[in-house]
Amino acid sequence: MSAPPLQIGDNLKPYSRDWLLSEQPTSRHQARLGRAYVIWRRFSANRLALAGLGIIVLLVLVAIFADVLAPHNPVQGDLMNARLLAPGTSGYLLGTDDQGRDILSRLIHGSRLTLFVVVLVAIIAAPVGLIIGTVSGYAGGWVDAVLMRITDIFLAFPKLVLALALVAALGPGIENAVLAIAVTSWPPYARIARAETMTFRNSEFISAVKLMGASPFRIVFRHVMPLCLSSLIVRVTLDMAGIILTAAGLGFLGLGAQPPLPEWGAMIASGRRFILDQWWVAAMPGAAILIVSLGFNLLGDGLRDALDPKEAGQ
Amino acid sequence: MSEVLLTVDDLRVTFPTRTGEIEAVRGVSFTLGRERLGIVGESGSGKSQTGRAIMGLTPRHAKITAKTLNFAGRDLLKISDKERRDIRGKRIGMVLQDPKYSLNPVMTIGRQIIETLRTHERVSTSEAKARTLAMLEAVQIRDPERVFSLYPHEVSGGMGQRVMIAMMLICGPELLIADEPTSALDVTVQLEVLGILDKLVAERGMGLIFVSHDLRLVSSFCDRVLVMYAGRVVEELPSADLSKAQHPYTQGLLNCLPVIGSDRHPLPVLDRQKEWAL
Amino acid sequence: MTLTDTTAVTRRTRRRASSFGMAVVRFVVTVVTTFLGLLAVTFFIGRVVPIDPALAIVGDRAPAHVVERVREELGLNLPLYQQFWIYIKQALSGDFGTSVLTTNPVMADIARVFPATIELATIGTIIGALIGVPLGVLAAVKRGSFADQIVRVIGLIGYSVPIFWLGLLALVLFYAKLNWVAYPGRIDIVYEYTFTPVTGFYLLDAIWQAQWDVALDLFRHIILPGGLLGYFSLAYISRMTRSFMLNELQQEYVVAARAKGLSETRIIWFHALRNAAVPLVTVIALSYAGLLEGSVLTETIFSWPGLGLYITNSLQNADMNAVLGGTIVIGAVFITINILSDLLYRTLDPRTKSR
Repeated sequence: MSAPPLQIGDNLKPYSRDWLLSEQPTSRHQARLGRAYVIWRRFSANRLALAGLGIIVLLVLVAIFADVLAPHNPVQGDLMNARLLAPGTSGYLLGTDDQGRDILSRLIHGSRLTLFVVVLVAIIAAPVGLIIGTVSGYAGGWVDAVLMRITDIFLAFPKLVLALALVAALGPGIENAVLAIAVTSWPPYARIARAETMTFRNSEFISAVKLMGASPFRIVFRHVMPLCLSSLIVRVTLDMAGIILTAAGLGFLGLGAQPPLPEWGAMIASGRRFILDQWWVAAMPGAAILIVSLGFNLLGDGLRDALDPKEAGQ
Repeated sequence: MSEVLLTVDDLRVTFPTRTGEIEAVRGVSFTLGRERLGIVGESGSGKSQTGRAIMGLTPRHAKITAKTLNFAGRDLLKISDKERRDIRGKRIGMVLQDPKYSLNPVMTIGRQIIETLRTHERVSTSEAKARTLAMLEAVQIRDPERVFSLYPHEVSGGMGQRVMIAMMLICGPELLIADEPTSALDVTVQLEVLGILDKLVAERGMGLIFVSHDLRLVSSFCDRVLVMYAGRVVEELPSADLSKAQHPYTQGLLNCLPVIGSDRHPLPVLDRQKEWAL
Repeated sequence: MTLTDTTAVTRRTRRRASSFGMAVVRFVVTVVTTFLGLLAVTFFIGRVVPIDPALAIVGDRAPAHVVERVREELGLNLPLYQQFWIYIKQALSGDFGTSVLTTNPVMADIARVFPATIELATIGTIIGALIGVPLGVLAAVKRGSFADQIVRVIGLIGYSVPIFWLGLLALVLFYAKLNWVAYPGRIDIVYEYTFTPVTGFYLLDAIWQAQWDVALDLFRHIILPGGLLGYFSLAYISRMTRSFMLNELQQEYVVAARAKGLSETRIIWFHALRNAAVPLVTVIALSYAGLLEGSVLTETIFSWPGLGLYITNSLQNADMNAVLGGTIVIGAVFITINILSDLLYRTLDPRTKSR
């Protein structure tokens, strides 16, 4: 066996299991990958978390390939022959609604709306919370006092009711629903980011960066924020289910996505009239909401346990 | 050594973990009469687990085996949970390390002591209170009436440990296991608490197992010393003969003790050798 | 000697008094700013977000002179800060304007419907706490067991299911198919005229007046929405109870309690739960506040004539005054419950009391 020209660390094959788990990583790259691998091992040991991840991956795939997967047009139905067909009728696996539209196709296309809402809320609310929290925690003093007071005021609001009032003022529609949910979602993120920031605000490495002449701006953005990310990601993932439920609630009340968009909450609302005889019209979208938010909850739980084994116990 | 109170032969405590079993205690044997036995060792040596195994306080998933584990003629490994509970608090008491954590923070001190008493004896409310106050006095608390109605956070560490002793001795047990009872206390308070413990053990003729990492403290306080290392007893000797210790680990522990007036440079480092753990 | 003693004592007392005073001041500032913030946010939603607030209040179908009158009433021609000042004064005197839909003052409407919501949320919380706490304790004690998994799954589904959907399915099953419960609504139409409620809490009134048939009917109406809200509160309470209990069961005082010879039952339900109860009170209060909010969707499904239904009806009719009035009331109750739970926490935990 001829030795490779360049030996890495203690003779481990790069990217092998032992290389990843090495106690003495020889490069930042190896250390980072090794840490990710350890987290992945903890995460994947949790079967429920894997199931959650599976559900979310499936949701994303379905949303991407909705056009290919959907057997029928989600908006245009067959009013003549296919009204309120029961699940299992040939060609309509989950039945049809009052306008002769295939429920399965609507659910498949609705996954895009669900993802749209969730991703957009996360993109708006998480950075806002992160910035407010880290600035507040790092600056301290009156900046902290004022920012946290504002955060507390928003935290004191019942989320759904605030979102309702906001949408009522902005006018119904999926974009406004996203905005309203984002406005109600950021305060917990700010709280978490602030708490994390406080724990290492006075630590040695921040002092070191300060001594090297870094501006507060740079410290917050380059050194503090990345460290807050992991707990923030966990919290955002756990919140996804709540966001989906709020969005569905707004849709159900007619304040979210407008017809004929196949939004799951609105689909339940339109199926409500037939609930006694054609239960599937309302039942199917509800089941879809349940499965997806369950997926996010399982994934979030698993991530939390994997990233923070203290909390997980056992 | 008069009557034998406790016989321990080949006691083993095993914890299953994800990576295999860990033996915290590996074949500890000793007998105890109405005397003071010190168990010394560094953290992780299995000294605390030995005490807890006798009390039956090992976590449920751990495995305890022994050729003999006999207390006052009863096989502690065979008795039912009910019998076990009747022994705990009534015939064997246990003082834990830090009263800050070992007293229930939301119950008054008086209620916690009375609780021990009424678990094991049928006594009237007034008698229970009277005996509790007497017990508080016995641990040299000057104002028992006041302390009776205080919450644990309202008393100092030394006072808390006296309360703990009172709580464990109120039913008059024959054996007391003290698990590092003074390690969490200030040095000045340590001696007071030890003095109280000493007096009560002597007066009541109890057996005492004193678990500590502090060899000097144990040797001055106990009749006999067991030195534990990595789950085993490496040496057993009377306190008086400590200077004649054979085992290098014990000698090492003794060497670590500072002697007033002598220059200690460099500080001695405890030598641990793998074969001692075998 | 005595002199120095007394000065020391007075100094200490004064310091304690001043720190107590500081705490009170801080507390008052917190409460006042929170309520002001609540009003500021609703003011912002009602006056700044819509392009024409007057139109938003009366709806775009209103005749021009009505719009003009409302505009004047609101003082929309004044600068914003003056408008806010007027808004605060009106809100503090309980004046949230008039509902376009019912033509009553919003406050009168809310006073009429709110007891129904309180009744529903209370029943929900009672169910949630009575079942959730024991389930959480069980899960913590038998951690990792099958029972623990079951409790976990029950909780997870509670966190993941859309409440309005579950309500609809429950109605189909228990009302339409099994006929175990009464149809949506709060009281049977037969009793609507014979039963005179006093407090607005119908169940209590019926029991107080010993009208057992009415009480039974009310029970058959409330059990489904109440049970549904109870399930949601149960999911939250059982999960939190489990985590608090796991934490308590690891404490040294539990070992000490075992060393005293206490039974496991007593250790779990008396020692550990009593300690877990301190944070649990906050959790239960928060879940109660959460149910007030959850009632918005639940009441819509069950035609429960409470604040939630009032808000959604007003939404449907673009009745902004009513929506914002309802929002303020729910927000204010939310804040009040938070404050009360904080105070209750202090009385329950002896450690927070000063000597």
